[in-house]
This record gives sequence, structure tokens and C-alpha cells, in this order.
Amino acid sequence: MGMTITEKILAAHAGRDSVEPGEFIMARLDVVLANDVTAPLAIEEFRKAGAKNVFDKDKIVMVADHFVPNRDINSAQQCKMMRDFAREQELTNYFDVGQMGIEHVLLPEQGLVLPGDVVLGADSHTCTYGAVGAFSTGSGSTDFAAAMITGEAWFRVPESMKFVYYGQRQDWVGGKDLILYTIGDIGVDGALYRAMEFTGDAIAKLPMGSRLTMCNMAIEAGGKSGIVPPDEITMEYVEPRAMRPFRFYESDPDAEYHDIREYDVSKIEPQVAFPYLPANTKGISEVVGEDISIDQVVIGSCTNGRMEDLRIAAQILKGQKVHPYVRLIIIPGTQNVYMQSLYEGLIEIFIEAGGAVSTPTCGPCLGGHMGVLAEGEKCVSTTNRNFVGRMGHKRSELYLSGPAVAAASAILGRIGSPEEVGK
Amino acid sequence: MKFEGKAWKFGDDVNTDEIIPARRLTTIDPDEMATYCMEDIDPDFMKKIAPGDIIVAEKNFGCGSSREHAPIAIKAAKISCVIAKSFARIFYRNSINIGLPILESEEAASKIDEGDLVSVDLVSGEIKNLTKNETYKAQPFPEFMQQIVAAGGLMKYVMARRS
Repeated sequence: MGMTITEKILAAHAGRDSVEPGEFIMARLDVVLANDVTAPLAIEEFRKAGAKNVFDKDKIVMVADHFVPNRDINSAQQCKMMRDFAREQELTNYFDVGQMGIEHVLLPEQGLVLPGDVVLGADSHTCTYGAVGAFSTGSGSTDFAAAMITGEAWFRVPESMKFVYYGQRQDWVGGKDLILYTIGDIGVDGALYRAMEFTGDAIAKLPMGSRLTMCNMAIEAGGKSGIVPPDEITMEYVEPRAMRPFRFYESDPDAEYHDIREYDVSKIEPQVAFPYLPANTKGISEVVGEDISIDQVVIGSCTNGRMEDLRIAAQILKGQKVHPYVRLIIIPGTQNVYMQSLYEGLIEIFIEAGGAVSTPTCGPCLGGHMGVLAEGEKCVSTTNRNFVGRMGHKRSELYLSGPAVAAASAILGRIGSPEEVGK
Repeated sequence: MKFEGKAWKFGDDVNTDEIIPARRLTTIDPDEMATYCMEDIDPDFMKKIAPGDIIVAEKNFGCGSSREHAPIAIKAAKISCVIAKSFARIFYRNSINIGLPILESEEAASKIDEGDLVSVDLVSGEIKNLTKNETYKAQPFPEFMQQIVAAGGLMKYVMARRS
């Protein structure tokens, strides 16, 4: 029987010729990741276990991104705990304010996650790295603590679901719209415990930024991982960044899938996910008539904080003004994204339009800081979750979209489409 | 291991932001985390519950973020176990790793009502509804996970394997 790309990567890291869904395996890890929320608990566990040294100081990545630059004394203490540990253990890849970025934008950009890798991250959106052809999944702090000591983790080999996207994308439709549409179709537990494999000619043409966005939200369908078969676009992205060897894997033609779903992307319009679940999706044409006025727009996050996203936002905002009742917050995902946006004149466009540009941070996405919502406020956001209280008050409302709809909505003062602002 | 307590019911897709909101994550103290347990879904939850009580939920309990603070907050709130139709995978894994007892049972989750007195036998996987005088069966843990549970959590399992 053939194997999927996910099964092949896991088999190779378990020292096996083959694995089957449902099996429990111990897999070698290429990258182990945590942030300022999840690392402190793990460091406690590491100490309590009596461990002295991490298994490999080059393979552990720590990024201060959730509550930085620090929001308050407690978050400063948490970051200090992580920083002290990183210095004590001489971690090669510790990223603090000034070098940091939102972890899932930063690691691919820095070439730290590569095709064929197995990556375990103490952050649910670790599934992002499937976009470069890796098996990558989120865990909690204890799994991360154990992995720091052993360089291994146990996994139940997941069944795979195949999603085939074909046809020509409509204007202003990107990876965010495709994944929101998919989650709307299968539900927030539609891929529970499974690997989501994104394929088809529409994926083959999809730029890396959009692929990262799609894999990023696999968790929002309950998925264990998301993955895109590596191809020329992957090679073009990875080759100049990689500092170690990597390997492309591909699914066998006779690999078995739990389910195969096909989507004609020419029929998918820009999507909006209504409160309070990412699966409550509607096409933008249905939403426009609802006249939903908004108070804030956030463009950024590990889902949509890349160059591709900011370029789209700038295309729409150029020469326009943000609606007087709307606060537009734009957060480049990394220092490099910020710098490149400066070179390309995007930051100027954002500020001239009346937007506020922030240093990289997860900030508002999790209601941490830098744009928390008051009671009754509504926000269009390019982030990944619209749960109750996610961006602030439990009676605030979050509408998820891609950068095009978010930018257009900032101008209109209500949820609207790029066409409505003449694009 | 046996538990007995009053059931507190929750619906589908209870997410980790509802179990403990992100704004509360700047602590590593379990007792402090407990004070925020379920605050955005039910502000009075911590006032209503008694030690040993049981959370009973519908499908996909614990979806969303990977924060281990969620099962830690529930455990530190002295909830004895969580029964649900299904669990989100990171929450499931975290619960096993930190030793919060969780049980998957469609039948128990649909038949138990809020306020029912429930007893749970973790070894046999038997859930008894003492109010309604009914017995339900939970899905047994896979053998591999039973080893982690038996070792007293992931860290103890890992350290024992190394020594």
C-alpha cells in the first residue's frame, strides 16, 4: 500500500520503512519551538525533571512574540524567564525584541523549518510549516519540555484528508479565502486528529505566502497538521534560506485517504467568518448587504502578516482614507517584513491612509494588547480565531477575512468588498 | 481511581479562550489560573463548583490554542474529570501529559444533565449517573497513553525511560 507525504516523513523520523495511521511512534524532531506564553511552563517542567541541558542548542527555537514589547510586569517576568533560560542554555535561535517576529512568519523566513522536517511547537499554529512540505504540529508546554530534553516526541500517525483545489482564483481571493471556505465546509472539528493535504492545480499556482496561510489554519478545522506537496515554488522559497540539507517527499498515487474533497476555486469569492467560530463563513457578496459597521480593522498575525498580505492591503489603501470611525492597525509579521514594506513604500501608504503601524507582535490577535476591543465593538481581522472574547471584551465581535476585504472594510467603515472601493 | 461529583454541562466547541482567556496567560501559578477558569463562558463558575465536580461537554472540547494553562486551570479548580463527546487533539494530549482525567463518551455526554450526581471509575472507564441510575461506558485510552498515565504524566514517563 502507498503512503501519504505525512506518513513518509513520520516513518523516516521514526527509523522505519513505513507507518500506518493509528500507530503510535516515537519520532526524531528537527525543530522544537516555544514562545513567551508556553516556554515558562515548560522551563518549570524542565527544572522539576532535574534536566540540566537541552538535547541540541541549535534545534530549539524560542521567540518572544505574544506579549512583546512587554505589556505589563507579569509578561516582562515571563519573557525574562525565557531569556535567562535561552542564555543559560546558549540557544542559537532565541529571538527577542528587535530581531523577533511572529514565530510562524519568522521561522520559514529564516529558513529554520525545511521540507521533510518534523517540527513540534508549543503553539497551536505550528501547523503553518506544512506549507514548505514539513510535518509540523502544535503541542502544549509539557510536550515541549520533554522534547527539549530528548529531541523526540510521540505521535499517533494521523489519517490524511486530501483537499483538491482546481480552477482559476477570482480577483482578491487568496489562501485565506480558500481555507476559510474549507473550514466553513467541514466545520471546526471536520479534520479532527487528521493531516490536511492541500493539492490541485490551484495550489500549484498559489504563492508561498498563501500556502503558509492555509496550513496555518488547519488547526481551526481541528487538524493535526496541514501540508502542501513541495514543488518549484517551495524550492524557490527554501533554497536561498536553507542552511542545512532538506528533502522533498511526495504522496504515492495509491496512498489512502480518510476523505478526498474537491473545490472549484473559480466559484469561491472572498470569505468572511462571522462570530464566534471560524467555520461561520459567508461569501462577501452575501455580507455586503448586511451593512455591518465596524470599529477596528487588524491586518497582520501569523496568518496574514507576510509581504504578500501587506502588498494587497497597500494596493487597496493607496490614495484612500480610513473611515473616521475606524481604527486601522497594521502589524508586519517580522522585522524583515517591516523593512521590506518600508523599502516598497507600503508603510507610507498605510500611514497616509490613517492607519497605525506596529512593531511585530501577536498582540491583538489573542486580546493581549495593541488593539483590544471594548464591549460591543466590532472588528474585521486577518487573524485566525473569532471565539468569544478572543480580541477583548466577551461581548465584542470579530469577523475574519483576508487582507483585501479587511483593507476595503477599513475605508468603508463597514464590512465590504474591494470592488466597492473601486478595485 | 474513582471520582464522584456534580455535573456542569457545556456545549459544542468549548475553546481554550473560554477555558482561560489569553489575557490571563502571564502567570505560571496554577492556583491563579484556577481563579479565571471558564470566566468568559460563565463568570460565576468558580463560585458554583465544589471540589470533585465534573465537567460534561459536547463535541470538540478544548479546541483552539495549545495553552496548557487550560487543562491546568481546570485541574487546579479541583474539577475531578472532564467527560465529552470528543476532545480537540492538543487539549487531549495536554490533559494526558499533566494528569487531568478526561473521558470520551457520546452516551454519557448526551444523557447526563446539569446537576446530576456522577461517579467515574477511571480504570474500568465506567461512568455512573447516580441521579438517573444509569451506567455509561467511556472509550478506553490507547495502550500507549495508558503507560503515560500510569507513569504519572509525560515528564515522569520520559525521565524513567532515560534512566
